[in-house]
Amino acid sequence: MYSIILATASRYLLLLLLIFSVFLLLRGHNEPGGGFVGGLVAAAAYALYFIANGIQAAKTVVRFDPIRIIAVGLLTAIASALPSFVAGERFMTAFWVDTGIPFIGKVGTPLLFDLGIYFLVLGITLCIIFSLAEEERS
Amino acid sequence: MLILLAIGYCASALAPLLYKRFRENFGWITVTFPLFMFFGFLSRYPQIAAGEVIRESVPWVPSLGINASFLLDGLSLSFVLIITLIGAAVFLYAGAYMKRYAETGRFYVYIGIFMTSMLGLVLSDNMLLMFVFWELTGISSFLLIGFNHHKESSRKAALQALLVTGGGGLALLVGIILLYRVTGSFEISSFYDMNGVITTHVLYPAITVLVLVAAFTKSAQFPFHFWLPNAMEAPTPVSAYLHSATMVKAGVYLIARMNHEIGGTPLWQDTVLVAGASTMVLSALLAFKQTDLKKLLAYSTLSVLGTLVMLLGIGSKLAIKAFFIYLIAHSLYKGALFLVAGTLDHETGTRDAAELGGLRKRMPLTTLTAALASLSMMGIIPLVGFIGKETVYKSILELEYWGMFLIAAAVLANAFVVMVTLFVGFKPFWGETMETPRQPHEAPLKMLLGPALLAALGLLFGLLPNFFIATMLEQSVLSILSETLSLKITIWQGFNLVLLLSFLTLLIGGALYLIRSKMSEKVVRMTLPAFMRPSAWYEATLRGVLWFATVQTRLVQNGYLRNYIIVIVLTTVSLASLALYRSAGEIGFAPDFSITFYEGALVFIILVSTLLLVNSRSRLKSIVALGALGFSIGIIFVIYGAPDLGLTTFAIETLNVILFVLVLYKLPGFLKLSRSSNRGRDALIALSVGVLMTFTVLAASSFELSSGLKQYFAETSVPGGKGRNVVNVILVDFRAIDTLGEITVLAVAALGVVALLNLRSDGGGR
Amino acid sequence: MTFLLAVIVGVLYAAGTYLILRRSLVKVIFGLILLGHAANLMIFTVGRLTKGTPAFVPEGAEALVEPFADPLPQALILTAIVIGFGVQAFTIVLFKRTYQTLGTEDLDNMKSTDQLPEEKP
Repeated sequence: MYSIILATASRYLLLLLLIFSVFLLLRGHNEPGGGFVGGLVAAAAYALYFIANGIQAAKTVVRFDPIRIIAVGLLTAIASALPSFVAGERFMTAFWVDTGIPFIGKVGTPLLFDLGIYFLVLGITLCIIFSLAEEERS
Repeated sequence: MLILLAIGYCASALAPLLYKRFRENFGWITVTFPLFMFFGFLSRYPQIAAGEVIRESVPWVPSLGINASFLLDGLSLSFVLIITLIGAAVFLYAGAYMKRYAETGRFYVYIGIFMTSMLGLVLSDNMLLMFVFWELTGISSFLLIGFNHHKESSRKAALQALLVTGGGGLALLVGIILLYRVTGSFEISSFYDMNGVITTHVLYPAITVLVLVAAFTKSAQFPFHFWLPNAMEAPTPVSAYLHSATMVKAGVYLIARMNHEIGGTPLWQDTVLVAGASTMVLSALLAFKQTDLKKLLAYSTLSVLGTLVMLLGIGSKLAIKAFFIYLIAHSLYKGALFLVAGTLDHETGTRDAAELGGLRKRMPLTTLTAALASLSMMGIIPLVGFIGKETVYKSILELEYWGMFLIAAAVLANAFVVMVTLFVGFKPFWGETMETPRQPHEAPLKMLLGPALLAALGLLFGLLPNFFIATMLEQSVLSILSETLSLKITIWQGFNLVLLLSFLTLLIGGALYLIRSKMSEKVVRMTLPAFMRPSAWYEATLRGVLWFATVQTRLVQNGYLRNYIIVIVLTTVSLASLALYRSAGEIGFAPDFSITFYEGALVFIILVSTLLLVNSRSRLKSIVALGALGFSIGIIFVIYGAPDLGLTTFAIETLNVILFVLVLYKLPGFLKLSRSSNRGRDALIALSVGVLMTFTVLAASSFELSSGLKQYFAETSVPGGKGRNVVNVILVDFRAIDTLGEITVLAVAALGVVALLNLRSDGGGR
Repeated sequence: MTFLLAVIVGVLYAAGTYLILRRSLVKVIFGLILLGHAANLMIFTVGRLTKGTPAFVPEGAEALVEPFADPLPQALILTAIVIGFGVQAFTIVLFKRTYQTLGTEDLDNMKSTDQLPEEKP
């Protein structure tokens, strides 16, 4: 069910949706959004691209093996606990640094954790969709 | 002592390595281990002889009263010396004997573990510690009986021994716990003076029965005797060590150890007396049927164990004295004879007494050893067995009521033992030479030294009874009766009734031997009807348990998913309904009925799509219904102040549709599989769940919500979490560990998906 | 609306239970999804409904002021939704694999799949 309109549109939509997902992730601490939704939206973006252009193209666009994305996500989330570990605080105590840069403001370990969730959810969803799609082809 | 035992276990573990290294001389190396223990404990002899009791205690679980505490007194020292001495003989012997077995290293591991555990058993002061060692000896015995695990009969015998003694072990555990309830302690030494308290307690009969069941199973007393002859499947050194000299004496030890603390009552004494006496007689009679050397010895061992238990049941000073002399004498001669039987088996290739004869020229040293041990076993002057038997007779004659009956029984039993001895100790060596499967040679030194040493000790103790045994005896009797008793053992006491009885025993024994030799095989093959044999009871029980397990499993795990679900659901519904019903009075149902137009529309969509989902047979319709349902719920979330939930739901529903399209696209349409009666039943069950949940929600929301958390999060989100989206702050900061766990679960689910899809199988499901 | 949501929770539970009692595996999966929705909605309703005031602290303010929706049930539900998705994906794939391997989606034909297949000569 290849459609040239969808295929063309999906390229732009992919970028837009990805930007939107990062936007959701970053503002999640103050407004609706966050790592879960961000990751899901990003995954949906790739899913759309996959529907329009097929699995091979989608895999090329993603570039990384989804399982690696899962690993990166999980490790990032765990890494956010390291500062508390080093400092001898209770596990996963948050640490914040004020960067002073406008729009970004304070940066802390919870943001890192959220980033981990983002990658993890993205990786998991892609992993499932890609595996199923590959199965379907073979 | 704790350290010694730890060394024992470590050394056992090292055995296979050492065996690989030394092989030929391995027997000589292993023998150092029991010898080391033997002399180590022998060095404590002067202290014990002086009446001292050595105690050691290391806290283990102090809050539960469990300590690694040990007690060395006359009783335990006697057992320790027997265990280590015979251990040394057996270890050395096995070095040569076990050559034809493949896994010699493993054999030494098992037997090393056994010896250490047995030492632990007799040294333990804490009853729970003793229980642990008790079970360890049972397990090592299981492994050793089943050593020829490729033989079915071995496996069966091993399992039987494990089940019988293990069952007894459980009884012991319960007994110990009851005893703890009464005395408040697990330390044997601490309820030394509590006999009065224990024997008058309500739980006393239960304790007695449980402890005695444990002792009777371990020491193979009637009606639990049947496992011991079957245990002869084990390699001969094992039979010599575990199943005649040591492990089967653990039960006897337990009775002796507890005698002072919980004994002395008619219940205790009579039970012990009757069980012991009946075992003594019955197993002696059963020995009549056997021709296998090891089985003959096994039945005579049973008879001796019965005698020992009976002596404890008599409980007089003289009986206890007899108990000790008999115990030591038996360990020495029976160990030696078992090893001789093993040698015969090893050299000739047969263990059938009927096929052996005239070996004295080929194996002169073995013949001598066998003769010495046999004389002791028959109770002929001047060996230690003679003193043993004399004292046994004397102590029985002291009895008033049972005396005449018991003395007849004892003479009869001993006559059978004499018969067994003639078959095992003399017949193979004297008389005409018989053809055997293998050409016999004199046994190697390793296989001679052990039995010869044991037999020689039998002679030595017989000649010099007061040199060593008497002192040990005094202290041991002290441990059992807590009465001091000066003992002088004299071997020759003149011509009296007891001597006459001894002669009578020998005479009957000889006659039995002649009758048995002439008897046709037909009579021998006679068996009791099944219902009279305890081993048949055992098998029936085992079959019953297996049958019950099968039926029960088939009933509970029937393979129908919905039956499991129905059970779970109905249980939940009935319990929860009961709880709701009981608290019905406190619930004030005052829900909010107000509703706006678009809420009504959402509810309508949800209801319709649910109905569609339940009834639809079309895949496409179902997926659409599922999507509509999800999005409606998402909108409800948004309306009621949860935009994050709404967003997530929308994203997930979108992905869900993709998933379903990918999977369901290629599947057949649904069929109506269930019968309509089933559908009706399921609808009823489902309805009950629905009603219950509705009421639960209503009930739960009728209570005043007093969660401090809401306020806490509201106030600390910005100052503490640096975020204004409270939900997200909870997720990534306040409850981040939860979230971490949850995303880990997700990662695992994804890996599962990949594994399921990518690991191709060839259709067999393997 | 509390009453209506309570009814909806009940309906969803009933439908979910009914569906997981079916013999067709697809229906069982639908049932699981419905039960997931039902549970989420139940937590949400029991955690009290607060219309239109999500738990966001206004810019510049230090703390929330009543009325606002309880954020804790929401956080619980959020993770439940995502986990539910993961489990659901796993179930779907498991189902697909089962169907491929056994060639049936009737649970009654899967009674003895844990037994070894008969040796074929």
